[in-house]
Amino acid sequence: MTNTIYDITHESDAIMLVGSNPEEAHPVIGMQVRQAVARGAKLIVVDPRDIDLSKKATIHLKLRPGTNVAFANGLMHIFIEEGLVDQKFIEERTENFEAMKEMVKDYTPEKVAEICQIDADQLREAARIYATANRAPIMYCLGVTEHHTGTEGVMSLSNVAMMVGKIGRPGCGVNPIRGQNNVQGACDMGASPNQFTGYQNIAAPGIVEKFEEAWGVKLNHEIGTKATDCFPKMISGDIKGLLIFGEDPVRTDPNTHHVIKALESLDFFVVDELFMTETAKLADVILPGRSYAEKEGTFTNTERRVQRVRKAVEIAGETRPDTWIFTEIMNRMGYPQPHLTPAQIMDEIASVTPSFAGISHERLDSEEVGGKGLQWPCISKDHPGTPIMHVGKFARGLGYFRPAAYKPSAELPDEEYPLLMMTGRILYHYNACAMTDKTEGINEIAGSSFIELNTADANALGILDGELVSVSSRRGTIQAEARVSGKTNKGECWMPFHYLEGSCNWLTSDALDGISSTPEYKVCAVKVAKAE
Amino acid sequence: MIHLTIDGIPVEVEKGTTILQAAKQAGITIPTLCYIEDLLPDGSCRMCVVEVTNNGRSKIDTACTLQVSEGDEVQTMSEKVIDSRKKTLDLLLSDHNVHCFSCEANGDCKLQDLCFEYGLEETSYEGEMTSLPKDESNKFFSYDPSLCILCHRCVNTCTEIVGRAAIDTMERGFQSVIGAAPEKVWAEGTCESCGNCVQACPTGALSMKRRKKYRAYQVDKVVRTTCPHCATGCQMDLIVKDGKIVDVKGADGPSNRGLLCVKGRSGSFDFVDHKTRIRHPLIKNKETGEFEQATWDEALDLVASKFSEIKTNYGGDALAGFACSRSTNEDIYMLQKMVRAAFGSNNTDNCARV
Ligand code: SF4
Ligand code: SF4
Repeated sequence: MTNTIYDITHESDAIMLVGSNPEEAHPVIGMQVRQAVARGAKLIVVDPRDIDLSKKATIHLKLRPGTNVAFANGLMHIFIEEGLVDQKFIEERTENFEAMKEMVKDYTPEKVAEICQIDADQLREAARIYATANRAPIMYCLGVTEHHTGTEGVMSLSNVAMMVGKIGRPGCGVNPIRGQNNVQGACDMGASPNQFTGYQNIAAPGIVEKFEEAWGVKLNHEIGTKATDCFPKMISGDIKGLLIFGEDPVRTDPNTHHVIKALESLDFFVVDELFMTETAKLADVILPGRSYAEKEGTFTNTERRVQRVRKAVEIAGETRPDTWIFTEIMNRMGYPQPHLTPAQIMDEIASVTPSFAGISHERLDSEEVGGKGLQWPCISKDHPGTPIMHVGKFARGLGYFRPAAYKPSAELPDEEYPLLMMTGRILYHYNACAMTDKTEGINEIAGSSFIELNTADANALGILDGELVSVSSRRGTIQAEARVSGKTNKGECWMPFHYLEGSCNWLTSDALDGISSTPEYKVCAVKVAKAE
Repeated sequence: MIHLTIDGIPVEVEKGTTILQAAKQAGITIPTLCYIEDLLPDGSCRMCVVEVTNNGRSKIDTACTLQVSEGDEVQTMSEKVIDSRKKTLDLLLSDHNVHCFSCEANGDCKLQDLCFEYGLEETSYEGEMTSLPKDESNKFFSYDPSLCILCHRCVNTCTEIVGRAAIDTMERGFQSVIGAAPEKVWAEGTCESCGNCVQACPTGALSMKRRKKYRAYQVDKVVRTTCPHCATGCQMDLIVKDGKIVDVKGADGPSNRGLLCVKGRSGSFDFVDHKTRIRHPLIKNKETGEFEQATWDEALDLVASKFSEIKTNYGGDALAGFACSRSTNEDIYMLQKMVRAAFGSNNTDNCARV
């Protein structure tokens, strides 16, 4: 996020929520969005489903999934046509505006309305509300990124915000609401095939050398393979050994058959896990690590805020801190790595990462920080952290408009698979439920999978609310309970991705975003029938 | 600016400030029950009454609603004030089922604390008590009308802060009760089970069901940490008794301001010491396909030798290691360091994309 949760919900006049259902996926952010609406902020919901917040929205654009780029280009067309652009901001702070203008020229409200299957006047109204509000943030989530054009969707939203000067101020910005608790941290910490900590590029001159010196070892200079691209390489035999730390790709990755085949092709497969997950079952060795409540450390939330995790308990048995496990493996493979405490590890991170240079456990625990964490970039021990990014100047200097044309989703419905299926989260569970399904009350409330069908589609298929249906795609078939309503548009359906029984990832497409290799979870084609 | 004195201490505050806020500035605590900071005052409990003298006239009024006037002389503990608060407590106790020994909130109850402070052991009123049944319909907490003092903190929390408006005060007068409209049954309304109303309740009326397993005075330690589920980064306190986490409470963090959702409050500790946790290293027996318990040395040596063999025969690029986006920064840093420095590979990634 460029801004903080507090300023975008407490200091904004309007909020544009794109492909994000914070009431369920990030409930405490959802609560603060509801407070914002009660305070009088206008809300624009851009989502293919009637999420609960759409009832509180000034405008709900119930667009066709996978058409975000067209939507964004349409907004910009209207900004230009109606003189709503922030000329001063564009001149002083950005470049490549002319190319952007050229790109959106053809995206008339009428044309966009047709692509997105929305009303042109409502699109105009949304553009006006957002552009004329003094302060307005864009908040978005996986509904934007989980498409094969996801990266372009994200860039398009930045273009939208820049064009009306809504960046670098409180109550504004472009704010991805990151999914899992430490997904921000995982990216920051260099668990990435092309970047070390703090987004230091392997390809940039001097970076690998810097780490070679800090770690005292010769390093590989070639960019590595993204996780989603690793699976085909396992099948082809290019990757033979794998260690997975706490993930369950058999459950969470698209096209489950393919993932299982890949993991089974490995010569040697190690998992560091808390539970016997579907993925762990395929391993040769399982190393029992520790949960958040059994170790010291830090998480980085979606606001780039580094906050402390503290040890509360130890459990019976022989579990070990995960840092101890990795250190042992390094030593036994011949790389001499001393055992460090989590606080010492953070000091090492700070020493090799400019944006973390001012962060340490000692400082996070100090009175100065007062339990508020530190938001990176935090470049020195006396730097207060950075609540709002791009104030006065973009990280790269001038903000660059990156025009993107709309491209349809990779797999669209056809005669055989006539329904477009989306996937998402529900309030009560988290991802593959490895943690949440250990709480009885939660399972009692939300214990099994379902599929939301549009009433007209269900009627045509003779399916009643509550009936068991089978759902098939080109990749597999599962069963789930039908929930029939007008929540999705005609021709579209939706499933949660949390459940083992009726897991929708047997169906989802592994078409990847061309730039980030994010799977297109949000859109695939399915057919639905009464279960036999 | 307005000038006044509180218990003889001169205070200078902005126009529009309430006496309660002015007292806070001056470091003086006035007792409250229904008051929630940042919200418009409910003004229903009357615990915060003070005596204000101005121009020779004096009056008793609630400090949460009364705005300061120039020259106010405020007394927060005068005889009249104490008398009024005692009457308030007496009245509250008259419809409060005083079975403190068996109450989960024993030792953690604001009503109990105030009665102790003001020397009230029992009510002087005789008469009928609310006999409405307990609402046990929510999976995680229960509501007992016989302990409810109708301070509306739960209703105000749910409506104004959580923004869900799942509950309201039903009926009027002696039979008032909190519930989910219109059925009065919690679980049948729009409640999200976040439990923020429970945390706001000053008595045992709204109580997490797990409170039956511990008493406030049995807590060994309270550990401030960050929620392990989504990226909001809510701050919370793990309540530890006998080496086990028995409860979770919302803490005042920058992104959550005391709030939690159902996952943070009720889905973040049962798994920690769950019976299905893997507690020993396991090696798969190639013949049977079954996992067998191993020592750390056996498991780690096997891992290191197999990975080293692959590295020697096929190069570091034949190895990969994926990190978990639910784990700590320190864990993830060490994992990618292991892949780069020991595996000799840049094939490291995290589940950010999935
Ligand atoms: S649990 Fe949450 S949603 Fe339910 S009544 Fe209480 S505050 Fe409202
Ligand atoms: S309490 Fe809920 S909203 Fe807060 S971090 Fe945990 S899961 Fe997210």
